[in-house]
Amino acid sequence: MSCHGEQPEPEKGSTGELVIALVGNANVGKSAIFNQLTGLEQAIGNWPGKTVEKAEGVLLHHGQRIRIIDLPGTYSLMARSEDEKITRSFLLAGRADVIVNVVDATALERNLFLTVQLLGIGTPVVVALNLVDVARKRGILVDSSNLQNALQTKVIPTVAVQGAGVHELVDAALAVKGRPRKTTPASLRYGPEIEKRIDKLASLLSFLKTRQPSRWLAIKLLEGDRLLLRKLARRDPRIPDAVNILSDECSSLHGEPCSTIIASERYALVGRISQESQDMVSDEGKKNADRLDSVSMHPVWGYVLMLAVMLTILAFISIVGGWVATAIERAFESINPRSPEWWAQLAWNGGFVGLYAALGVALGFLLPFYLILSILENSGYLPRIAFLMDRPCHAVGLHGKASVPLITAFGCNVPACLGCRIIENRRDRLIATFLSTLVPCSARTAVILGIVGTFMGPLWAMSLYVVDFAIIIGLGRILHRFMKGASVGIIMEIPPFRWPVPKLVGKQAWARFRPFLETAVPLIVLGSLAIEGLRQAHALDEITDWMTPVTVWWLGLPAFTGVLFLLGILRKEAAVVLLASVANTVDIPSVMTPVQMFVFALVIMLYIPCIATITALGRETGWKIAGLITAVEIGLAILAGGIAFRILSPFI
Amino acid sequence: MPKEESEEYLEAILDLSAGGKPVKTNALAERLDVAPASVTEALQRLGRDGLVGYEPYKGARLTDRGRKAASRVKRKHRLLEVFLTRVLGMGRKTAHVEACKMEHALSDKAEAALCRSLHGPQNCPDGEPIPPCDVDVASCAACIAAKRPAGKRDGRSAVPLTTIMPGKAARVVFVRGGRSVVKRLCDLGLTPGTPISLLRSAPMNGPVEVRLRGCSLALGRGIADKIFVESDGSTA
Repeated sequence: MSCHGEQPEPEKGSTGELVIALVGNANVGKSAIFNQLTGLEQAIGNWPGKTVEKAEGVLLHHGQRIRIIDLPGTYSLMARSEDEKITRSFLLAGRADVIVNVVDATALERNLFLTVQLLGIGTPVVVALNLVDVARKRGILVDSSNLQNALQTKVIPTVAVQGAGVHELVDAALAVKGRPRKTTPASLRYGPEIEKRIDKLASLLSFLKTRQPSRWLAIKLLEGDRLLLRKLARRDPRIPDAVNILSDECSSLHGEPCSTIIASERYALVGRISQESQDMVSDEGKKNADRLDSVSMHPVWGYVLMLAVMLTILAFISIVGGWVATAIERAFESINPRSPEWWAQLAWNGGFVGLYAALGVALGFLLPFYLILSILENSGYLPRIAFLMDRPCHAVGLHGKASVPLITAFGCNVPACLGCRIIENRRDRLIATFLSTLVPCSARTAVILGIVGTFMGPLWAMSLYVVDFAIIIGLGRILHRFMKGASVGIIMEIPPFRWPVPKLVGKQAWARFRPFLETAVPLIVLGSLAIEGLRQAHALDEITDWMTPVTVWWLGLPAFTGVLFLLGILRKEAAVVLLASVANTVDIPSVMTPVQMFVFALVIMLYIPCIATITALGRETGWKIAGLITAVEIGLAILAGGIAFRILSPFI
Repeated sequence: MPKEESEEYLEAILDLSAGGKPVKTNALAERLDVAPASVTEALQRLGRDGLVGYEPYKGARLTDRGRKAASRVKRKHRLLEVFLTRVLGMGRKTAHVEACKMEHALSDKAEAALCRSLHGPQNCPDGEPIPPCDVDVASCAACIAAKRPAGKRDGRSAVPLTTIMPGKAARVVFVRGGRSVVKRLCDLGLTPGTPISLLRSAPMNGPVEVRLRGCSLALGRGIADKIFVESDGSTA
C-alpha cells in the first residue's frame, strides 16, 4: 500500500511497450509477483484487501520494456467495492495486452471461478499457479498440465516469494500476446439451457461493435451487471428487454435468480476442473491450522490473546523506544562543544539537537513499530482480529472489516485512509475513514511515549490511549446515529496462518521507514534550525503570542508550545522532537508540569490529522469532507485539552 | 383492536427495532402519525396479546410470536409490491401505497400462491429482502415444483446456517438477502448445493466462520442468518 499519485493512463501501445496486468483473488500473491518482476517494493501481507490501488512498474525482459500492473484483488468481475472497481474498469477498458491471472493453488476451485470469467474477455490470459509450495505442504498436488488442458491456456507454476517461475510467466505472456482466444472449449461451456440463452443474447450483441466478445458480454448481462447494461442500452434500446426476458426464463426454470444459476453452473464447471487437476494427499496441514485457529478465534482465549498481543507490542515499543532515544541523546551530548558563540549555538541547538531527536524517534519508536506491523500483516493475524472485533465494531456502526484499516492506522493514518476502500458501502467507508484519522499512529505514539511515557510513567501514557479510544468510540456512535443507511455485515476471507518471511518483513518495514528518513528527518532539522534562528533573533515570542488565548489561557500550556502546534501539522513527531529546541532545554520537566505534558500530548494526538493524512482524506472523501473532519478534530482537541487541564490541575 | 391496526404497529416496530433495541413510543407515534398516548394504549393491548413486550419509558420490543407476525406482513407487503410493479407495471411509489392497504387482506394461502407465481422473488422492487416463508419445503424451486403434477416435495427442510452445530456437514439450499450480498456470496462459492460447515461463531451474536470449497470465510451474523442449509447431522 505504498502511495502513488494518480497518473493519467497513457493509451496502451502508444509507446510500443507491452502491458501485463496481474489479476486474481485477494491475497494470492499478485504483489509478490509484481515485486519480483519489477524490483519495486509493493507492500505484501497475508490479508485480503491490502492492495487497494493499482501499482505500476517496468520490467526489462530480453531488451523489451514491459509495463507490469498490479491490480487490487477481486473475486469476480462484478465490482462491489472501490478497490474491485479499479480492477474491473482497468480490464474493461482493454488497457492490458496480456492478463496474468494469479491463482492460489491451495484454493483452486474458488480461484478458477475468476479465471473462467477472464478467459472469455478478449485479452489473452496466462495463469500463474502460485503458492504451489504451500499447497504441497498441505498435501494438495496440482497437475498444471491437466489444468492447462482443461482451461486451454498456458499455466505456469510459481512460488512468488522466492521468485520461482516468474520469468517463465513473462515468456508465456510474450508468446500469447495479440492472440486472444476466439472459441470457447467444450470444457468451459455451461449447461444447455443457459448456453441457449447466452447464444441468443450474444447474437443480438454481435451487431454492436464492442471491445469484449459478445459471448462474454451476454454472460455478464445475464448475471445482472447493471453498469454494463446501462452502457449497452444506450447503443441498442432493445437489449434491456431481451436481457429481462432471457433471465426471467432462466430463473423460472430453476427457481433461483439468473445470476445465482450462472454462478452455480460456473462453480460446477470449475469444481470439475479442479478435481481433475489436483490430488489431495493428506489434510495434516489443515488440521494443524485448525488447531491454531481454535485458540486465535476462541470466544474467550481469542480476545485474551489479542489483548496480550497488543499490550506486548505497546510495552515493547515503549521500552525499546525510551532506551534507544536516551542512548542516542547521550552519544550526541557527549560531543556537545558547549560553545557560547551564536553560530555554534545555532548549529548545535538547531541542527544537531533536531537531528538526534529525530533519529531517536525514528530508530526507537518507528522502526520497531513498522517491523511488528509487518510481522502481523504477513502472519495472517489481522483477519482474525477482524473476526473477533466484528461484534464490538457494531457499537460504532461498522463491521469487522473496518478493524483492519483501523489497525494499520496505528502505523500510519495515510494507508489506513486508502485501506478503507475494502469496505463496500459508502457510509461505512466514510465513518471508518474518519475514525482512522483519530487512531494514534506511530508518530502520535512517539509523542505519547516520548513525553508522557518517559516523564510521567507508562500508566499515564496508557490513559491517553484510553481517552483516544473513548473518543473514537463516542464519535463513531454519533456518526452511526446521524448518518443514514445500514451496514450489511462482514463477508471476509480468513486466510491460513503463514510464518512471516524475515526478508519480506524487513523489506516492508524498510519501505515504510525510508520516507521518514528521507523527508521527515531533513524537515525536522530545518524546522529546528528555523526555530533556533528565530529565538536568537528574539522573534519566537511574536509568533506564539497570538496563540496564547488558546494555548496559555484555555489549555494552560507554556506559550512556546504554540509554534509546535503549527509545526506538528507537517509531522506530528516534529512536535515532540522540536519541543527540546523550542524550550531551549532537553530537561522537559524543568519547563513543563506533568499536567502540561499530558494536555500537550493529548492535544497533539487529536488536534489535526497531519498534512499527509489530510491529503489522503481529500482524495478518498473529497475536500469538503476532509475540511470538515479537520475542523471537527481541531475543535475536539481544544475542547478535550481544556477539560483535561481543568480536571487534572487540582490533583497533580 | 382491528387486525389492520395491530399489523401496522407490528410492522413499524419491526422496522424501527434494528439492532434489537426497544422502540420508543415517540418514534412509533411519529412513524404512524398518531398521538403518543394512543401508541401507549395500543402497545399495552399488543402486550396483553403476547405480541409485544412493552415497558413504560423503555419502549416496546417484539416477542417471538410478534416478530413472526410482523415479518409475515412484511413478506406480504413486499410480494405485493413485486406483483404490482412487475406484473401490473405500476410505479414503485403507488405500488407501495397500494401494498400497504392490500397486505392486511391477503390470506396466507393467497400469499403462497402469489410467491409461486412470481417464481419466489427474493427482493422487493426497492431491493429489500423478502422475509422467507415458513412453508416446509427445501427451496423455492421445490415449492414451485410441488405445484406441478410431476414434482415431488422432499422431506427435509431448510434451516438457517446459524442454527446448525459447529462441525456438522450441511449443504446450501438457498440464500436470502439484498441483491449485492447474494451475488457476492455466490462469487465466493455459496451457491445452492454447496457443501458447507460451520467452524465457530463469535460470542454475543458475533460473526460466524464457515468452511466451504477449501476456504474459510467470516460472515456477519445477519448474513449467516439468511443462508439456509439442510443437514443430515453427519460430521464434516
